[in-house]
Amino acid sequence: MFPFSFEWVWDAGHLIFFGGFWYAVSILGAGMTYVILKAAYETMCDGEEHH
Amino acid sequence: MDSALIPEGAKRCSFPKFYAGIALVGAVVLWGVFAWILIYWKGLNQTNMNDYYGFALWIWADLAIIAVGGGAFFTGLLKYIFKIDELKNIINFAVIIGFICYSSALLILAIDIGQPLRGWFIFWHANVHSMLTEVAFCLSAYFAVLTIEFIPNILENRQANKVPFFRHLAHNMHGVMAVFAAAGAFLSFFHQGSLGGVAGVMFGRPFAVREGLFIWPWTFFLFTWSAAAFGPCFTLLVTKITEVITGKKLVSDKTVHLLAKISGWMISTYIIAKIIDTIYWATVTVPSLGFELSHFYSNNSFYGYSILFIEIILCGVVPGAILIMKSTRENPTLRLVAIILGTIGVCLNRWVMVLQVMAVPVMSFDTWALYIPSWQEVATTILPIAYGIILIAVTYRYLPVFPQEHELNHANEADTVKKEVLTEDAIIKEAVAATE
Repeated sequence: MFPFSFEWVWDAGHLIFFGGFWYAVSILGAGMTYVILKAAYETMCDGEEHH
Repeated sequence: MDSALIPEGAKRCSFPKFYAGIALVGAVVLWGVFAWILIYWKGLNQTNMNDYYGFALWIWADLAIIAVGGGAFFTGLLKYIFKIDELKNIINFAVIIGFICYSSALLILAIDIGQPLRGWFIFWHANVHSMLTEVAFCLSAYFAVLTIEFIPNILENRQANKVPFFRHLAHNMHGVMAVFAAAGAFLSFFHQGSLGGVAGVMFGRPFAVREGLFIWPWTFFLFTWSAAAFGPCFTLLVTKITEVITGKKLVSDKTVHLLAKISGWMISTYIIAKIIDTIYWATVTVPSLGFELSHFYSNNSFYGYSILFIEIILCGVVPGAILIMKSTRENPTLRLVAIILGTIGVCLNRWVMVLQVMAVPVMSFDTWALYIPSWQEVATTILPIAYGIILIAVTYRYLPVFPQEHELNHANEADTVKKEVLTEDAIIKEAVAATE
């Protein structure tokens, strides 16, 4: 799963397989991080408007 | 008691009635959980799997629910990437059905692996040459996508939506949903395909093996295609069942007709490809491996040519034809028949590609090996269905799943009130006329 796992080999199979997997996970992670941070920022702005 | 959680303006049954229904289905869940505990406690000897059937009822159930759950990724693809806006009226429910199907698939796999404490090995010590490893990765990642797609609907609950952060989060998630839908379509394409690929690369099993394109046998493409074709049928079927149970119109005819039409064309093109694949397999692949077609459909009490007819003609050609023609598609009874046949067809295809593959004798000294699942296997396969019913009941009660519900039923109620008023007017006029 990771290059530091003992059975990891730097070959095409591992690069394509895990490349695709980590690419998909990165998109999901980045997308969720963006929407959570944006929602937090907008909530804080709402709070300031009330004050 | 729970009225504060019910969407504004929506009418739901009383809480005791709802609770009684959940308790009834919950008893089935408990039966499944009891069987599950037995399997974890005593081991896979609780099943009727053996050296012939390493893949059995659970794997069929897995493949079937993943196929019918394909409605979520395909509807998402059409709505968010191809911008077919009409599908916004059914996308929430398609996502919930997909969520139930994929969580059920993961649940069944968790029971099936036998050594649950080593479940994480498939990720950590991945065999990159195995299609099943790819299935496990894509399945888990796509379940994450479905969860992400489901979250905004949960946050739109009447009480949750009062929290400013949740309201903003739901709004922002809707804004970037196209990215998640695209990731979901990418992941679905590969895991649906790889489930078919597993059968197609088994060169020791002439009933399953297929030629293909590069490393992918034709079954890879057929499985993805069939999931996209029949998945919407299942979405429409569950919608219809929900409408019957709730006694309400939940999705407009326009949306239903559109999804049925898309499904019909997908089924028709899929079934043409499937027929070509079957003819090529029967006339070229099978003889080249030293077998005749009759070998796979005779000398046993269960698998005859009828199964081929039911899968391809009755549950493939027929629903495809019904759904592509406007007159039959817009007939509610025929459409219901088509979506039921379609759902049975894709489940039967997965049965054939998992269990008939295992049953067919391969060696000259072999005989047909038929299999009957144990009650523990049956109970743990019914468990996800009961769980799905409960989740649909809870989401329907507390979340704004169907955006047209108020409009469609309010219009109906307004019509009824109008008719009642008109009737009352007529009675009053008659009475006045009689008095005069």
